[in-house]
Amino acid sequence: MLKTQARLESSKLMSWLSPLIAIVLTMLVSSIMFLALGINPTTAFKVFIIGPLSDSYNLGELMVKTTPLLLCATGLALCYKANIWNIGAEGQLLVGALVGSYFALQANDDSGYGWLAITLLAGAVAGMFWAAIPTLLHQLFHTNLILTTIMLNYIGLYLLLWGVHGPLIDPEGFGFPESAIFADALLLPTIMEDGRASISIVLAVVFAIGSGIILYRTLPGFQLRVFGSDQPAARYAGYSSKFIIWSVMLSAGALAGFAGVAEVTGPIGQLIPQVSPGYGYAAIIVAYLGRLNPFGIIFAAFFMGTLYMGSDLAQIELGMPTAITGLFQGILLFFLLACDFLIHYKIIWQPNKSNSQTAPVSTKQGAA
Amino acid sequence: MDMELFQQILVAAIKTGTPLLLVALGELICEKSGVLNLGQEGMMLMGAMAGFAGAYFSGNLALGLLLAMVAGMMMAGIFALLSLNLNTNQVATGLALTIFGSGLSAFLGASLVGSTVNGFKPIAIPLLSDIPFVGPLLFNHDILVYGSFVLVAICWWVVNKTRAGLTLRAVGENPYSANALGIKVIKVRYIAVLTGGAFAGLAGAYMSLSYTPMWMENMTAGRGWIALSLVVFASWRVGYLMVGAYLFGVASILHLVMQGIGFTISPNLLAMMPYVATIVVMVIISSNPIRQKLAAPMSLAKPFDSRRH
Repeated sequence: MLKTQARLESSKLMSWLSPLIAIVLTMLVSSIMFLALGINPTTAFKVFIIGPLSDSYNLGELMVKTTPLLLCATGLALCYKANIWNIGAEGQLLVGALVGSYFALQANDDSGYGWLAITLLAGAVAGMFWAAIPTLLHQLFHTNLILTTIMLNYIGLYLLLWGVHGPLIDPEGFGFPESAIFADALLLPTIMEDGRASISIVLAVVFAIGSGIILYRTLPGFQLRVFGSDQPAARYAGYSSKFIIWSVMLSAGALAGFAGVAEVTGPIGQLIPQVSPGYGYAAIIVAYLGRLNPFGIIFAAFFMGTLYMGSDLAQIELGMPTAITGLFQGILLFFLLACDFLIHYKIIWQPNKSNSQTAPVSTKQGAA
Repeated sequence: MDMELFQQILVAAIKTGTPLLLVALGELICEKSGVLNLGQEGMMLMGAMAGFAGAYFSGNLALGLLLAMVAGMMMAGIFALLSLNLNTNQVATGLALTIFGSGLSAFLGASLVGSTVNGFKPIAIPLLSDIPFVGPLLFNHDILVYGSFVLVAICWWVVNKTRAGLTLRAVGENPYSANALGIKVIKVRYIAVLTGGAFAGLAGAYMSLSYTPMWMENMTAGRGWIALSLVVFASWRVGYLMVGAYLFGVASILHLVMQGIGFTISPNLLAMMPYVATIVVMVIISSNPIRQKLAAPMSLAKPFDSRRH
């Protein structure tokens, strides 16, 4: 019968294979789901995976969806590498968008790129500030970071709604909860002829690569990784936990805040209530899919962007509700976590008779 | 403040506190066994959707409740399979459960948005409900609120006074010792996690069949997360949980009260109140880390793997 056995050392090969296995399993499960919905799985996958890559407009939209995911996931990966559970990317993104919009609305067509730079910086700083709140509370009062960051996501959302219904509303917008459209000088330059993809995707990739270099090629990055995998060892080595926690949280906040302001000054061009369809939460999955490695995350973000884009297309072409994105995301994360089992355990074939020797009573379910 | 308004606030606090109480009770049992399930929000949403769907299609509220509990337990079962059998990280798995649950409930419930059912109606208990002040406060609720009173009592009794409760706590404090004593750790944790799922499903059904009898995407609005901080607030004690749930209930209707007495603040700013209150409460209770460490089950969120020992 099949049995599981703990590995002495975790498997390098499996740690890279497991995301791929998880993707394959997710596709298998979704095929069954499509069949149940009466949709031919091949048609569905064509829409979901080939669709986003089919023409230059769709490709541009894919980059639009990928950018915030990549930015947020890069920041989250730094946190998770240090074993810091920051779930607050969504709130940090929204606050970045809100504050960025405030600055963008102060400008007019004569404002130069300097004002755009200030706007982007303001968004990043706002995200940083939003991440500083739970960090400070954690440092001073030992509050649980997961719960405070989640609460701040909700607070950030209502803050944005307040802004877009209140002070930032377009006075000539007939009461619609939208800001005025930003001046042209305040919009990020696009990188393609048609489509909305802006220079922010390039910056996102640069930031991801930069984070990867810091993480794997510098002393602070090394300290961060030690801190994340073995806190007592890090303490013994004299690494400052304060420094590590603050730097990962503030970096994550800045990246998410930048993602927010890059959304409003990029593809959207004004402040609206629906800045993010849950990018901050999806970024958690992206971070895991990329194995918390910023280089891996670049690919993972494009994959998740494809999923978002694909479900938009599926809604148009197959009449599927967009909620299906969240469903896929959940299944994918489940399989990702489950496949990590293969990193620490191997599955071996063992004749039945040696059964009683090895397995203690309580672990039998594991082999079933 | 006049007496009538005060009474209304308290009644509303019980109504808004009930879903928090139900889901937090389930999570408390789960955490007592040493398992941290952050998927409460996802299980609640599935419960809310399944409960509404059941009641809508069958016209039978009881069937809705049953379906909601089954849905919550099925969600909890996925979590248990991953975190207990495959020893995945409980924090990440719980997050996955929440993402999955909000996605699945939105997907399955898409066609139900906009429908209505006749939700649970308050049942005034004869004689008792005539007692001034206390009567309308405690004895004029729907059956789910009464049920939550009973469940609190049962949970308190089971956790603190029975052998099963002792086993549960032993597993949460030190699963390896418990294992050595012949307790089937994984089995106990399975039961605890599934019970938590049933409670979360029930809490969801309360939302969609009593509190606001309808279904809407993400209608639980973070209550599953608030419940998690409620368990910490209650220092993992059933009695404190009840007090805490109603306090949180007051906090989450405070904005309605303020609107009622004529404060003119943006409704969006007021809607932040429950979340701000949660953070404030967490700051207060967490400021003494030693006390909290002593109150929490010692093996909380640590996977149990007898193969590694």
